[in-house]
Amino acid sequence: MAPLIVNEIISPDTNLLIALLIGIGFGFVLESSGFSSSRKLAGMFYGYDTTVLKVFFTAAITAMVGMLFFSLFGWMDLSYIYVNPTYLTSAMVGGTVMGVGFIVGGFCPGTAFCALSIGKLDALAFVGGLVLGIIIFTEGYPLWEDMYKADFMGTPTMNELLDIPRGVFALGMILVAFAMFWVGEWAEKKFPREEY
Amino acid sequence: MSEVIKTKYLNPYVGGVLLGLVLLAANFVSGRGLGASGAIKSAVVTTVNTVMPSHAENSAFYTEYNESHPGNPMKSWLVFEMLGVLIGGFLSGAFAKRLKFKVEHFPKITSKRRLMFAVLGGILFGFGSQLGRGCTSGSALSGMAVLSVGGFITMAFIFGTAFVLAYFFRKNWI
Repeated sequence: MAPLIVNEIISPDTNLLIALLIGIGFGFVLESSGFSSSRKLAGMFYGYDTTVLKVFFTAAITAMVGMLFFSLFGWMDLSYIYVNPTYLTSAMVGGTVMGVGFIVGGFCPGTAFCALSIGKLDALAFVGGLVLGIIIFTEGYPLWEDMYKADFMGTPTMNELLDIPRGVFALGMILVAFAMFWVGEWAEKKFPREEY
Repeated sequence: MSEVIKTKYLNPYVGGVLLGLVLLAANFVSGRGLGASGAIKSAVVTTVNTVMPSHAENSAFYTEYNESHPGNPMKSWLVFEMLGVLIGGFLSGAFAKRLKFKVEHFPKITSKRRLMFAVLGGILFGFGSQLGRGCTSGSALSGMAVLSVGGFITMAFIFGTAFVLAYFFRKNWI
């Protein structure tokens, strides 16, 4: 039956209303978890606050396992789910540039909007930067179009790449996530920092 | 360091499960994950289409985008979702009494320095998100949940780079 939009159970306009509701949930959870503070986000990279790691990986494995079981129960057809395409070069270069932006700016796009919604002016500055950065990309597009489209691999998934069942990969990822949570808890005790 | 003050936030594992359920709902209903930077791109494309239509027709990116995305770019899933993020974040901040205009920064640096770095970081993140076809939400988180190889690579490079460079920017944060 799911995804509902693909199987025409809901209309495109209803889908947009749902997008608004999902966004409200997204923003509410991000803010409640402390993602509206650049201090908390940057803490990840100095060990004093690993909330980002815990929330991010718990969310990824929850959604991943949820989809796995929904598929198993026949509630959801995974072949209709959007899988992000893999362009090897741009994924690596884009990821690197974003990583620099993260440690320099202290936010990522979603968390900046979340912080902006509660009045953080540093988030407003970051969002202004995002607009500029996107304009630079779109205006200079011919300069990086080749890199943007290089090394297209289709839409492979990790389990296909490793040639193992989806569930086995999921289990492995859960174990890796738990190991990282343990390291995160250890780091927070080892490198505590005063709040500001 | 025994008296580290702590603001009351949701337990991160509870927050993570809730965020995972939001992401699961997005996939269940709409067949797609979450995102953020795409909404800003829609706004940029709409502005260029409206203010400088001849420029939009003559430059490669906008013609390619408009051909592959027929209809109004603002009437998109991500734009509505991001409006929701602003509402949801505001509501959570209101309940927790965190609504306040301020420049949050490490006490040993000035507000001006924090703002300059925020703009610079935003420019880099904005550019990188377009090159990488999505940011931490759209490419890394949503991509990982559907086991996309590209999502895992982007995630590893975002966090890996930030970890490697953390030492050089430490005076801004600790």
